Amino acid sequence: MNAIETKQLTKKYKDLTAVNGLDLEVREGELFALLGVNGAGKTTTIKMLSGLTRPTSGDALLLGKSVVTEPEAVKRLIAVSPQETAVAPKLSVAENLELMARISGADRSEAARRIDALCEQLSLDQVRRKAAGKLSGGWQRRLSIAMALILEPKILFLDEPTLGLDVLARAELWELIRGLKKDMTVILTTHYMEEAEALSDRIGVMGGGKLLRVGTAEELKEAAGAATLEEAFIRIAKEVRK
Amino acid sequence: MKQTLLLSRRTAKEVLRDPLTIFFGLGFPLVVLGLLSAIQANVPAEVPVKSAFSPELLVPGITVFGLSFMTLFAALLVSRDRCSALLLRLYTTPLRPAHYIFGYLLPMVPIALVQTALCYGFGLILGLPWKGAILTAILLNLPAALVFISLGLLCGSLLNDKQVGGICGALLTNLSAWLSGIWFDVALVGGFFETVAKVLPFYHAVELQRAAYAGTLADALPHLWIVLAWAAALTIAAVWAFLHQMKKN
Repeated sequence: MNAIETKQLTKKYKDLTAVNGLDLEVREGELFALLGVNGAGKTTTIKMLSGLTRPTSGDALLLGKSVVTEPEAVKRLIAVSPQETAVAPKLSVAENLELMARISGADRSEAARRIDALCEQLSLDQVRRKAAGKLSGGWQRRLSIAMALILEPKILFLDEPTLGLDVLARAELWELIRGLKKDMTVILTTHYMEEAEALSDRIGVMGGGKLLRVGTAEELKEAAGAATLEEAFIRIAKEVRK
Repeated sequence: MKQTLLLSRRTAKEVLRDPLTIFFGLGFPLVVLGLLSAIQANVPAEVPVKSAFSPELLVPGITVFGLSFMTLFAALLVSRDRCSALLLRLYTTPLRPAHYIFGYLLPMVPIALVQTALCYGFGLILGLPWKGAILTAILLNLPAALVFISLGLLCGSLLNDKQVGGICGALLTNLSAWLSGIWFDVALVGGFFETVAKVLPFYHAVELQRAAYAGTLADALPHLWIVLAWAAALTIAAVWAFLHQMKKN
């Protein structure tokens, strides 16, 4: 079964068509990167897939559940790690994780089990009792992803997960994201070409609200006749302006 | 209910762990109370300002002044949660709008009541005569607390955290204090100022407290209805604004 299947997914805001008849398939267990310049329609697509915005027309099925007719069921399958750090600053790392776990329906002991497992997996033990607001940018990002993972999602949306991080913190997060692939489907939006190339199984390039190309990094480079993914992306993105 | 309690606990922790909350919410009203009581103690008996600062009038007024900081705390929390995208993250979970709204509103109510009780407690130390009516007065500060907390939710839903700091932290606390009749009788200014003061809920919240402390409930009732009406209107407006920004996100 496909993890995500969109059918003519469209979102219009008055005169602006943000996403225009999107047909996209993402396989289960795949790490799929969505690339696009600002205003390409990536964020609106993610918002529709995560139940934040209702499509104007069309539909998207997440593991067979419709975002239009079964949004509550969809919300139980997904988790989102937004571009901003999105943590409760005065709560400790463990309290932030507990809040998310309990919201998802876990009881106290189940929440404690998940927190222990995640703190070990993400090396959060050393900052477990620290207030989230006092953590460095890299640790906050790590916590932000942990807050999504503690929901035990089948599909995880990562929006610009390494934005603003230094090289070392980015490399550590890449390692973490690679490790997630085997357990869930990951949809990654990023502006960093090297990130998309290093992490993704396939890449979708959006422009003008449409999906312009889908393929592996190699396939995209070959199709565009480019040596690098960045060059390929620029050529594909420019097509929409012609 | 469980989800509301989870969010309420989180709200309470965020508010009570902020040193600014402790200073402005609990410490500052007591400092003002102490200073004005000291001024009053040194003002000659024939100066009329003495009666405005007498503990029987001042302490109930300060309990309402203290509540104005609840607006700031509620607004800052909601606007920061919006700007940091924590709310966006929560919107993708199966939580419902009522969970968020009550999760912000409910924990602020006991904090407001504790603040009121502390003001009366400090007032007793400064010479306010003890009366059983103090307990009734604390309870009757609930509608005013709801006015200020709803105003916070409303501002937090519409403004970013910088705007909240300016509008709720500086403008609203001053405006509500001047128009409340805590420091002087609004009738002394008269005219448009008095009319505005009597339309808004702050003056009535103070008069309600003063009458409740005095034990004259018949005098309190007309003010109670006005404060309740404002509390209801502002709660509806806050819920609308919150749902509006939720939809916009």
